[in-house]
Amino acid sequence: MDNIGLIGVASIFTAGITIAIGSIGPALGEGRAVAQALSAIAQQPDETNRITRTLFVGLAMVESTAIYCFVVSMILLFANPVWDYVLPATGG
Amino acid sequence: MDIKDLSPDDAVLWQWEFVSLNYTIVYTWLVMALLVIGSWFATRRLSAGRNMSRWQNFLEIIVGTINNQIREVSQQQPARYLPFIGTLFLFIVTSNLLAVVPGFHAPTASLSTTAALAICVLVAVPFFGIANQGLLGYLKLYVQPTPLMLPFNVIGELSRTLALAVRLFGNMMSGAKIAAILLAIAPLFFPILMNALGLLTGLIQAYIFAILALVYIASANQAHGRRESRVQKEKGTA
Repeated sequence: MDNIGLIGVASIFTAGITIAIGSIGPALGEGRAVAQALSAIAQQPDETNRITRTLFVGLAMVESTAIYCFVVSMILLFANPVWDYVLPATGG
Repeated sequence: MDIKDLSPDDAVLWQWEFVSLNYTIVYTWLVMALLVIGSWFATRRLSAGRNMSRWQNFLEIIVGTINNQIREVSQQQPARYLPFIGTLFLFIVTSNLLAVVPGFHAPTASLSTTAALAICVLVAVPFFGIANQGLLGYLKLYVQPTPLMLPFNVIGELSRTLALAVRLFGNMMSGAKIAAILLAIAPLFFPILMNALGLLTGLIQAYIFAILALVYIASANQAHGRRESRVQKEKGTA
């Protein structure tokens, strides 16, 4: 297999693996956070506003790791910088 | 702009010599014009009495809510932070929510815009910190708890800026990409659902960006804020 084929295979495979593994951790973490927040709301309904706000901010922080993985896989698929070395004519 | 363009930066609308207008610039200016003209119209005839226009009522609700949120989160007087945080929130939320309009490409789906906003936050943290407690008082925060933590504090400052930019970019870009992909494989009904989900995501991301900026700024003012609230309490009891 030549360089172009190798880069294509490696990019697509890595992009899939990246988003697959990278979404497992945040999914588990977010599920746990939501479960805890729900039980906290069930115990203290008066504090619903504060708990919900903290929950959303926390969820966004947790989710950002999955978003990083998504961005990396998107870059691998659509804006891969390695192509520029093997395909200089097309201009990336 | 097709599915291969990672961000609206790549879609050039108009080009002359080396000057080019891409979607990001055009829609950023559109959102800014919308906000400025909208609030100019709403605040043209302000009234303090019962008979206020519905637009004044609308703006008052928005500003009041932002004020309340700032007060609750930072535990400080909101007036100082309201212009910066409110501007961030209103700009991001407008461009995120307008993304459901066909033909509109959210400027927040471009890494340039979100990086610019995150750098604004990076600059605003020392700005508010120094304005609040002086240069030395602000710099002292970097060697807390021990001087050993200095490099980690600096790295943390930079990495959270990066996280702020990439989080907003990734969320908005993924929303646009998912809608485009679904249009290709299931064009009848699913894109509407994903757009509705995109509305929710956009609103939450705008809220989170503003809240995180506020938390960063307020944490650099924490010591001062505590003293201030203690003074206020003493004044209240006296």
